[in-house]
Amino acid sequence: MARDDVKTGYKLIGTRPNRPDGLDKVTGRARYGADFSLPGMLHAAVVRSPHAHARIVKIDASKALALDGVKAVVTRADLPTGLTGEDLNLQDNTLAGEKALYDGHAVAAVAATSALLAQDAARLIEVTYEVLPHVTDVDAAMAPGAPVIRPGVADYSVPEGMHGNVARYMEFGHGDMEAGFAAADVVREHTYKTEATHQGYIEPHAAVGQLGADGRGEMWVCTQGHWYIRRMSAAVLGIEAANLRVTPSEIGGGFGGKTTIFMEPLTLALSKKAGGRPVKLVMSRSEVLRATGPTASASMDVKLGMKKDGTITAGQVFFRMQGGAFVGMSPIGEALPCAFACYDIPALKHEAVEVIANRPKAAAYRAPGSPMAAFAVESLVDEMCRELKLDPIEVRLKNGAKNGSKSSYGPVYNVIGLQETLEAAKAHPNYAIPLGPNQGRGVASGFWFNHGGETSVSLAVGEDGTATVMIGTPDIGGSRASIGLMVAETLGIPYEDVRVNVVETGALGVNEPTHGSRATFASGKAAVLAAGQAIKEMCKRAAAEWEIDAEAVEWKDGAAHPAGPNAGKFPPMTIGEIGSKMGGSGGPISGHHEVTAEGVGASFGTHVVDVEVDPETGRTTILRYLVVQDAGTAIHPAYVEGQYQGGAAQGIGWALNEEYVYGTDGRLQNPIFLDYRIPVASDLPMIDTVIVEVPNPGHPYGVRGVGETGITPPLPAVASAIAGATGARIRSLPCSPPKVLAAIKANRA
Amino acid sequence: MAKVHLWASLRRFADGQEVVEVDAATVGQMMDALERAHPGLGPAIKAGLSVAVDGEVIANNRAAPVGPESEVFLLQRLKGG
Repeated sequence: MARDDVKTGYKLIGTRPNRPDGLDKVTGRARYGADFSLPGMLHAAVVRSPHAHARIVKIDASKALALDGVKAVVTRADLPTGLTGEDLNLQDNTLAGEKALYDGHAVAAVAATSALLAQDAARLIEVTYEVLPHVTDVDAAMAPGAPVIRPGVADYSVPEGMHGNVARYMEFGHGDMEAGFAAADVVREHTYKTEATHQGYIEPHAAVGQLGADGRGEMWVCTQGHWYIRRMSAAVLGIEAANLRVTPSEIGGGFGGKTTIFMEPLTLALSKKAGGRPVKLVMSRSEVLRATGPTASASMDVKLGMKKDGTITAGQVFFRMQGGAFVGMSPIGEALPCAFACYDIPALKHEAVEVIANRPKAAAYRAPGSPMAAFAVESLVDEMCRELKLDPIEVRLKNGAKNGSKSSYGPVYNVIGLQETLEAAKAHPNYAIPLGPNQGRGVASGFWFNHGGETSVSLAVGEDGTATVMIGTPDIGGSRASIGLMVAETLGIPYEDVRVNVVETGALGVNEPTHGSRATFASGKAAVLAAGQAIKEMCKRAAAEWEIDAEAVEWKDGAAHPAGPNAGKFPPMTIGEIGSKMGGSGGPISGHHEVTAEGVGASFGTHVVDVEVDPETGRTTILRYLVVQDAGTAIHPAYVEGQYQGGAAQGIGWALNEEYVYGTDGRLQNPIFLDYRIPVASDLPMIDTVIVEVPNPGHPYGVRGVGETGITPPLPAVASAIAGATGARIRSLPCSPPKVLAAIKANRA
Repeated sequence: MAKVHLWASLRRFADGQEVVEVDAATVGQMMDALERAHPGLGPAIKAGLSVAVDGEVIANNRAAPVGPESEVFLLQRLKGG
């Protein structure tokens, strides 16, 4: 779709050059968190609670400290007191205080001269617990008689009379609900549940920390946001953030789970106690699953009114979400606005409570809250489409949000591409393929806000005419390549002449993490503006040499040119010529840009999935899968497709297999990948993608974030396809074979 | 005066009003004026809010401009993955 206000006709944007980190990653040269080592480094291990809820009566580390080679033990008593709010939350999760709040909660940490010795020493630390009643299920945590985990946890938003485990409450909406439902031909309501799932990044958390007696330290860490790591670690330990320098490693996935701290401050606390020796801590997979942020589990009531022609007249949701034993961790604030974000419905009511339970402190996970909300709302839309024999894409086209629609959460949408994704899905060959026996098709749409955020970027022109860009957003999904392309396009030089480096906290102003699908949007926008600043300076240098006004010089194709015949006749002066002479023409040439980036473009997508269900075993096979999503402008289409496919794969895992399984003792039953089953390559077909491009007017090249929306539609789309294949509707994820088989049998009965 | 829309569960802290009119040139001034007029909104504002000004979501920028005719919606502080 061509737009007058957005540039087109690019030379490099939209091409697919090799990724700059590709060779390093396939040859093992890339340095991840656990690869970092320092001379004299100690290794750490963590003692974790085996109980879901227990008072810590006593910690005796004397036997551990007696071992030769054990250098330090830290407990909560070693951390400062007096923290409040989220800082206290972070500290409470780093090391338990009076109580252990979930299975796997860190209670103590030990540093020793080898990893094996540290693990042995951890086993020798004796913790005396008084086991307390626990609750892990979101609905059970609100039931009368459920143990109140942390009395007084409710914040300002919770009305009187709610259960003591309710921590937050939210309600909003618009329109006349009574009239809306009265106008419908069919009104249906159901309850939907999703289990907690983990981000499932391949690389476990890892850090090396060093902190001296003077309070100055360094950390090398696998993270999505090293400025956040710095601020949070400093708060937990009571040190000055400015005295801590944090360098990010390459990152083996994050998906939101590495935007916060879990064990990182322990490396610094242990280091300080061990006389400033560096300390390395690498989590095991079991520790990652037990004690780092999964997403919330949810229980959701949805009510919809629909006319026979498919017009949706009213919608209502009540979500209950738990994000662990800590306030503010469930994504109710995101889930509610996402619930009906794809629709333009005259009457809507949204209501949600956050409930605390004896589970680990949840972290953001790819479009936090949106997948659960979509599972509830899009499943019911599909149920009503099937009941009224309506095409699910036509119903979404009829009710879907458009440019100028008032969003379900209030503001008016500017330029969005939902309708375009629906049209592209409808026109795709997959949507016309006939289905066989035991096969079904599911359709769902999804939404994510996208985010701008604090951003600082610097760019330096090299003496050889190259450009080096320094960014502060770790590259998780290809942002170095995308930012390199945008800078090369702006400067008019080859992509290969641009180097993009993710630099440490001492090298730039504050950067928020790579979260909210913001890196290519925000760091990219800042890099383009930084390049523009460098161009201005290069034009000035050329003008000085030509002895004409700087305004009489223009930049194109990587060189300064006289702007017109009146400017004089001079051969173009390339970036290489200017760079080679810059020492004598005024000094190094650079550009920089610092901003809290705005102008984000909302992201919409539509997915179509075909499944086949084995009626004897209940096993679901994904036959084909289509992702259609608006990218604004696809800077590097291969990475955009990768984000679409990755989001779909994670969503399919959430829909079919992944779940946190807790025993009656409140302990996590499946803390290894053998039992917590994420999709592997052999589980999935090649995921088809269609990139819709409705450029975002808030970005110089039209970029929208593409990282998160893709995980949202698979949950309802897969469940709806299974309903189509079997006639049995699963309203509680995952659609695991035993559950599908039981639903088929119940449906037959 | 900018029109600031409060989500339903905030209205009890603002005498039940759905829309509060505020004289402010920036998001920060708008937040301060809201809290002055309705101190009960203080905890919500301190907990962190995002806003949408004339359709543009402002996650966390007190300097972002607000016009005299702006339509502003308060949103929970947004997080992303």
